[in-house]
Amino acid sequence: MASSVFLLDLKGKPLIARDYRGDIPLTAIDRFMPLLQEREDEEGTGLPVMTENGVTYLHLREKDVYMVALTRKNTNAMTLLQFLHHLSKVFTEYFKTIEEESIRDNFVIIYELLDEMMDYGVPQITEPKILQEYITQESHMLEITPRPPMAVTNAVSWRSEGISYRKNEVFLDVVESINMLVNPKGNVLSSDIQGAIKMKVYLSGMPELRLGLNDKVMFESTGRSAKGKAVEMEDIRFHQCVRLSKFESDRTISFIPPDGEFELMTYRLNTQLKPLIWCESVVESHRGRVEYMIKAKAQFKHRSTANNVEIIVPVPNDSDSPKFKSTIGSVKYAPERSAFVWKIKQFQGGKEALLRAHFGLPSIRDDDPERRPPISVKFDIPYFTTSGIQVRYLKIVEKSGYQALPWVRYITKNGDYQLRMPDPITGGSSRLPPI
Amino acid sequence: MMNAAIQTNIARLQIMKAKVLAALRKGENYELKTELNSEYKERRKEAVRRVIANMTVGKDVSGLFTDVLKNMHTDDLEIKKLIYLYLINYAKTQPDLVILAINTFVKDAEDSNPLIRALAIRTMGCLHVQEVLDYLCDPLRKCLKDSNPYVRKTAVMCVAKVYDLNAEVAEENGFIDSVRESLSDSNTMVVSNAVSTLVEMNDMAPNQDIWKLDPGMVGKLLTAINECIEWGQIAILETLVEYAPRDEKEAENICERVLPRLQHANGSVVLTTVRLLLKYEKYVRRADLLSQFSKKMVPPLITLLSSEPEIQYVALRNINIILQRHPTLLSKEIRVFFCRYNDPIYVKYEKLDVLVRICSERNVEPLLNELKEYAKEVDVDFVSRAVQAISRLAIRYESAAEKAVKVLQELLQTKINHIIQNAMVAFQEVLRRYPNRFDSVVEGLCEYIDEVDEPDARAALFWIVGEYSEHVANVSNILTSSLESFLEEKDECVQLALVSASVKFFLKSPQKGQSLVLKALQTATEKCANPDVRDRAYIYWRLLSADPNAARSVVLIDKPPIELDDADLSPQLLEELVNELGCVSSVLQKPAKLFVYKLAEKAGVPRDSDATGMGLEEADSAVAGGSGGSTSGIDTTNEGEPELLISF
Repeated sequence: MASSVFLLDLKGKPLIARDYRGDIPLTAIDRFMPLLQEREDEEGTGLPVMTENGVTYLHLREKDVYMVALTRKNTNAMTLLQFLHHLSKVFTEYFKTIEEESIRDNFVIIYELLDEMMDYGVPQITEPKILQEYITQESHMLEITPRPPMAVTNAVSWRSEGISYRKNEVFLDVVESINMLVNPKGNVLSSDIQGAIKMKVYLSGMPELRLGLNDKVMFESTGRSAKGKAVEMEDIRFHQCVRLSKFESDRTISFIPPDGEFELMTYRLNTQLKPLIWCESVVESHRGRVEYMIKAKAQFKHRSTANNVEIIVPVPNDSDSPKFKSTIGSVKYAPERSAFVWKIKQFQGGKEALLRAHFGLPSIRDDDPERRPPISVKFDIPYFTTSGIQVRYLKIVEKSGYQALPWVRYITKNGDYQLRMPDPITGGSSRLPPI
Repeated sequence: MMNAAIQTNIARLQIMKAKVLAALRKGENYELKTELNSEYKERRKEAVRRVIANMTVGKDVSGLFTDVLKNMHTDDLEIKKLIYLYLINYAKTQPDLVILAINTFVKDAEDSNPLIRALAIRTMGCLHVQEVLDYLCDPLRKCLKDSNPYVRKTAVMCVAKVYDLNAEVAEENGFIDSVRESLSDSNTMVVSNAVSTLVEMNDMAPNQDIWKLDPGMVGKLLTAINECIEWGQIAILETLVEYAPRDEKEAENICERVLPRLQHANGSVVLTTVRLLLKYEKYVRRADLLSQFSKKMVPPLITLLSSEPEIQYVALRNINIILQRHPTLLSKEIRVFFCRYNDPIYVKYEKLDVLVRICSERNVEPLLNELKEYAKEVDVDFVSRAVQAISRLAIRYESAAEKAVKVLQELLQTKINHIIQNAMVAFQEVLRRYPNRFDSVVEGLCEYIDEVDEPDARAALFWIVGEYSEHVANVSNILTSSLESFLEEKDECVQLALVSASVKFFLKSPQKGQSLVLKALQTATEKCANPDVRDRAYIYWRLLSADPNAARSVVLIDKPPIELDDADLSPQLLEELVNELGCVSSVLQKPAKLFVYKLAEKAGVPRDSDATGMGLEEADSAVAGGSGGSTSGIDTTNEGEPELLISF
């Protein structure tokens, strides 16, 4: 339950204020910035949830805008923060980016949305697709005034009736992001697969869909033996269109999809993985220069290829005069990120690549400890899922009986992919050969 | 003379400035007034927009009330919404003028477009003006029975607003009964808003018994929850948490039927479901079910950690509470709590806390390696917490002590100033916990005497020197040179430690220490300005001169072992917070009555923004245990020197 919601600029001045319950004076927001600052001074960090004088401030930040909800009660903090994230998602759908500028330009529609998405501090309709049906940027004359979308009044709140396409098609994207944290010796500290099945639905009417995966739990519970590999997904979360109780009872994924693009489900596998792309690095730091040797390995099947590989290697802030040499790909110094970026357009499974880099350093440097960010790696590997998940079927039934085509694509890409760097070798003679 | 002239001039200038500003301000409002009355529709529309824009940035446009109202009767929906917004803002200050708007509202509430009907009802409720109430009742009654569910869900919510304004009116008009009936509405959004409204009203008038869940209703809600939007699901789950099932069977049934909610994409649905399952643990007795529930909770809780940082933060604070109820729930998942380089610092603090909490003897070694990495980061606060965590683990697990000492030694070798300070304090704790076990490292520690400059760290090092003087070759050099700068020490804790160390050294090797201890006591008693230091030195002095043997038996005794205070919450508070999982109280880890003034008044707690809870024993102990949360609970200071306590 929120009493009011604010959008603030970086100085804490309100851009938008919406009072829902009138039990907190609007001036209470003036204390938000000082409070945030105080926490930062005392504890080294501002917190998403802070309380003062009986008022609780919950906030998140998008670029140069703070989104803040205020409450006087011991209310569900998780709900309010989730709501603020929904708000930011809806704003992004409406006007691309959330910035001070775009907030000022769109204040009329923001007020409309705030009015629609929350009533008396209780979140209401927050689905962007549905909101767009009756809150639009063009103004309306009464004769053509939008009406509450069917969806709001339907049993199915995410799809309107009467949708029609000439060609009925469904696109399924199975996207797996690999999160990985590896220590300098190459031992994986933590790794998991965050999977998502994204859909683009262009179907007429009210279609009933059923999705079949090679889900191990389902195979076991139905006593069927899986042909090939079955996958055990650890935590599956569904879009609200999926009938959760049906899934709970017999593991079938059945739903009436929203129209257009949406994320049907996410899942997680917490298996110990080998890094798909592993970088072995040696760093040598001498007076006035620093040397790097990076050996990248593509540790996946030979028939797969990683595209658009970017290996981002951090260097000291004050590095200059870079020199690079690599067996494949191109290397660029990105001083604004204090890193150099090694780009490899195509990196075939089982292959290795080598990079040498040399930077000059000022001869006089302060003794402050260096930040030691990890190497991060970006890539995508098409036609490949790390977990081995597969779509077995997608059944589409609509009462008009049309035939629809399902298309499926698989891709694996990096998630939060961090390879920690070894301590630099200092002093002594250089061991790395000169470039 | 001159001064007076200047001052009059300044005063005159200020008056002029104020006049010009007033004119300017008046100017804009004046211009808007003309525009609002323009004969052209587009210009009026633009003017309304500007009025709202000015209102948004805090300029006073209340003077335009009547002119704005003139535009209210329009067929342009955008204008209508903007004017309604204006009314919400200024109704309270000009309640008599609001009456002018009533006609339009009442008319809109009967519009053929449900969107407009709902808008009128919603806005009238938000005006918060008694005068409007009389005009609101009739339209509201109709809207509660409207054929369109969108209007009904808005009307149901409006009843809470009416009740807040005037409970009697709401009751007399039968609105409360209507809301109760709405619980059986065919549309789930109406149902969930009815639930929210009833809960709100219960909250406003706790003794009125406006609503109590009965078993029949529970069944209906459990069916509705499957079709609800996410926020409605949360509302229903929250009321079910408050429900007391009649028997075990019913409790089991409720749990099983909400279990699928753990799969929902909204983190708050997940966490509220967890709250319900934990609350119902006391009703469900079947062990197999309970273990099935806990097993199902784990993956969704872990998945919350891949959400946005703010969500992660709330999740981690709550996981901390859940772990106090179920300490082993996540012990296999320790790696997911490892900090990422780009985690916000508040997430890192919470992860660190959880890591130490779930660490077991089995995985303490990899965790120590991980903590060593954190200790090398640049954020000074984080480093100090990481190093503290190392000593906590060493204190908790004897088998880890060896490894921890090795890690601490490696940290010292980094030669980075703030790491050395923290490591030294950690060393003192470990040595104190395992007397005589790590004698061989002491000599090495003394080499850092010149790098150790923080008071805590210096005090720690002197304590080590005093306790282990027999293992350090050049003790007298160290102490002598340190005594020379005795008066320059920044903090009394260092001076106290230095005096104690000198006395210990003397008692262990009287020959070598005699002149040293004399110098220490002389400096402390004659030249030191701090009364505590002087006092302690006098006590030592008298003790030593009275009977050196007695002094030995007082100063050099075995110290009581230090123990970890795991900063656990008191059982009552833990119970309270588990029942409020996901709420502000469980994020702050403070009882709600400390920051919700309505509850505070009831409990007789003084209003206190920092919620230190003075005078409230229960709260006091709770805060001491919990609110610090992330700070270590070890008594790291040296002031509890046991020898002194005895001599007092």
